[in-house]
Amino acid sequence: MNLSPFSEEHDLLRKSVAEWVDAEIAPHVPAWEAAGDFPNDVFTRAGELGFLGLAFPEAAGGHGGDYWAQVVFLEEVGRISQAIAMVLSVQTDMATPPILEFGTEDQIDRWLKPALRGELIGAIGITEPDTGSDVAAIRTRAVRDGDHWVLNGSKMYITNGARADFITMVVRTGEPEGDPRGGISMFIVETGLPGFSVSEKLDKAGMRLSDTAVLHMDDVRLPAEALLGTEGDGFKQIMWELQGERIGVSVFGVAGARAVLDEAIGYAGVREAFGSPIGRFQAVSHRLAEMATEVEAVQALVYECCDLWNRGIYATEEVAMAKLAVGQLSHQVADQAVQTLGGAGLVEGSFISREWLGMRIGRIGGGSDEVQRQILARIMGIA
Amino acid sequence: MSGLEPLFREEHDAYREAARRFVANEIAPHADRWEDAREFPRELFSRVGQTGFFGAKFSEEWGGTGPDFAAEAVWIEELSKGLSFGTAADLGAHSQLAALYIDRFGSVEQKERWLRPSIDGRLLGALAVTEPGAGSDVNGIRTTARRDGHNWLINGSKVFITNGSRCDYVVVAARSSDRPGHGEITLFVVEEGSPGFSRNRIDLIAWHTSHTGELFFDDVRVSDAHRLGDVGAGFRHIMANFQWERLMMSLSAVSMAEQSLQIAIEYARERHVFGRPVIGFQVWQHRFADLAVRIRTGKALTYRALRCHIAAETGAEVPREQLVRLSSMAKLFTQRMAWQVADECVQVHGGAGALKEYRAQRLWRDARVGPIGGGTDDIMRNIIARTLEVGAG
Repeated sequence: MNLSPFSEEHDLLRKSVAEWVDAEIAPHVPAWEAAGDFPNDVFTRAGELGFLGLAFPEAAGGHGGDYWAQVVFLEEVGRISQAIAMVLSVQTDMATPPILEFGTEDQIDRWLKPALRGELIGAIGITEPDTGSDVAAIRTRAVRDGDHWVLNGSKMYITNGARADFITMVVRTGEPEGDPRGGISMFIVETGLPGFSVSEKLDKAGMRLSDTAVLHMDDVRLPAEALLGTEGDGFKQIMWELQGERIGVSVFGVAGARAVLDEAIGYAGVREAFGSPIGRFQAVSHRLAEMATEVEAVQALVYECCDLWNRGIYATEEVAMAKLAVGQLSHQVADQAVQTLGGAGLVEGSFISREWLGMRIGRIGGGSDEVQRQILARIMGIA
Repeated sequence: MSGLEPLFREEHDAYREAARRFVANEIAPHADRWEDAREFPRELFSRVGQTGFFGAKFSEEWGGTGPDFAAEAVWIEELSKGLSFGTAADLGAHSQLAALYIDRFGSVEQKERWLRPSIDGRLLGALAVTEPGAGSDVNGIRTTARRDGHNWLINGSKVFITNGSRCDYVVVAARSSDRPGHGEITLFVVEEGSPGFSRNRIDLIAWHTSHTGELFFDDVRVSDAHRLGDVGAGFRHIMANFQWERLMMSLSAVSMAEQSLQIAIEYARERHVFGRPVIGFQVWQHRFADLAVRIRTGKALTYRALRCHIAAETGAEVPREQLVRLSSMAKLFTQRMAWQVADECVQVHGGAGALKEYRAQRLWRDARVGPIGGGTDDIMRNIIARTLEVGAG
């Protein structure tokens, strides 16, 4: 009976990702957070090192690994910073997989391969100013005009949105006509086209280093080959995308929760109060035991999810469960870690305070807690 | 090779189907009646034994079909579906505790005498560690075993012994010297009918069908052939078996929680308020979704611990600390979870939740034992905290 889902090859990969993260990412995260920005060469370096296409087939410019290789990558960046994990995961688990899954060879050559090399930056465009989780209600619209599409509308809360070279976007191309999920299509929207603008970079409470943008499209003329997949299948295609997205954020979310737990354990071992390390007080040690139990349990659930995904099983129920469980876990564990560190947990720029802020986003982005519950209730046949 | 190795193989599906049939025919239809009578027939042990469901974790040499702990897990999960948790507790105390102790620490003669007939369900066993003054603190037991030539004289009392007031033999932990410390505890097998051995059944608010007992030993004389394992090895043996006990309780609690949720949802569909079924309200839909996530999470953790246990049982190098941590975490997580799910099951029933004619209150009462028995939640937290190396216990 195998105890670990990882092979020796994965262990070697973990070592090389960790070396990169520890040397080139971790030391700069505090400054990037303070500046509300990070350099694009994070993508080019990750691409050079082969980290952006770990689980993509070699024919598409990837490394042909299994999903556990991607798990290794997300865990190693997730333990350092939820924000960096998010921006990288937008590239590897959100913007690019639909191109592989639904794209033509030309689209793979033009967008996917350079993205996996880190030469192009992608983003995923679903949410709009008036609609988030309710994908069917999107209003951004593309209208056919000869062999072009004319795109109008706006997208909001788009991670990597201000720096992206392309947005993998869901857009309305027709009327629902009986099927509320009908009339939606996906496009690869090049951000350099006339009429595309970043109307605002949002100032957020957490994950400050990442750019979260409001995008505006005003008569953007998209060539016919910008259509990704089948016209009218966009809803189904974006639901597929959301599965990989939710597993990805679950993986780095658990890794982050484990990292803040470890920080709290370390602190409790050295910080003294009333003559002994606070970890020797039973109330503190029991809190840490509870946190560790929750982390272990949710990680077990996430790994089962990863295993299903790796075997090509489309497990909507397990994915929604993992997403919901991880969002709550990281939020709660980070909060308990802040409590354990006391004043030190509230210092701006500290690891714990930064991750505590960032982890609150996990319960909102990628489909809120409530949306996951709604999905589950439907699958359970009770809603 | 990467990925999670499947825990269950095809043969386990067949075993599950057989176990499901057995429980559906031999336990579930009688559960309510047994509950009212606070009794289940002793013959159930021999039925379980004859159909082979005590045998999965024991080798063929002694009449088992294993050892196969994945199959044992299947039996435990299915047994919970009979919704007779006192019955399941007694069957478990017999097989998961008493018989397993004999299997692990007994001599060939002892296995012939107590294990073989336990596996076929003719002889009923129990394990007696807890005392009026010592539960989770095993080292605090005061029952003594004093050498008397080739015999031992046992004195003391035990309490909350599941299956203890009906069993044919009981594995007793006693202090075998006057010195303090856990190196002075030894295990003995005491048989029913031994002069000086007496017992009572205890009335619990839960597990109504269980023969949970208090046992008294007044100069009970047993020969050295009744000593199980080495003198002074008792504490180590008890600790070693705790991991499986916690895992078994976790498997059982997860299955129980699944039943509670199903019963809750069924009721929410039937019961109408404000002109629609309770299930039509989003708060209940979402609450049930949350409970389903907690159950599934507990199951994933339990299965992770079970993989670890099976790996260790089949000869893999598993750090003992990892096994201890995972099984303790699984126990801590699942027992409270099962009780919370049962509590919401009562809640959705409204006033009917308090009625004896509904199963909700029974599940709720029975689930409450979980965070206490087999090492309390606080003990689990102490153990887990120790493995995290954060100090205090």
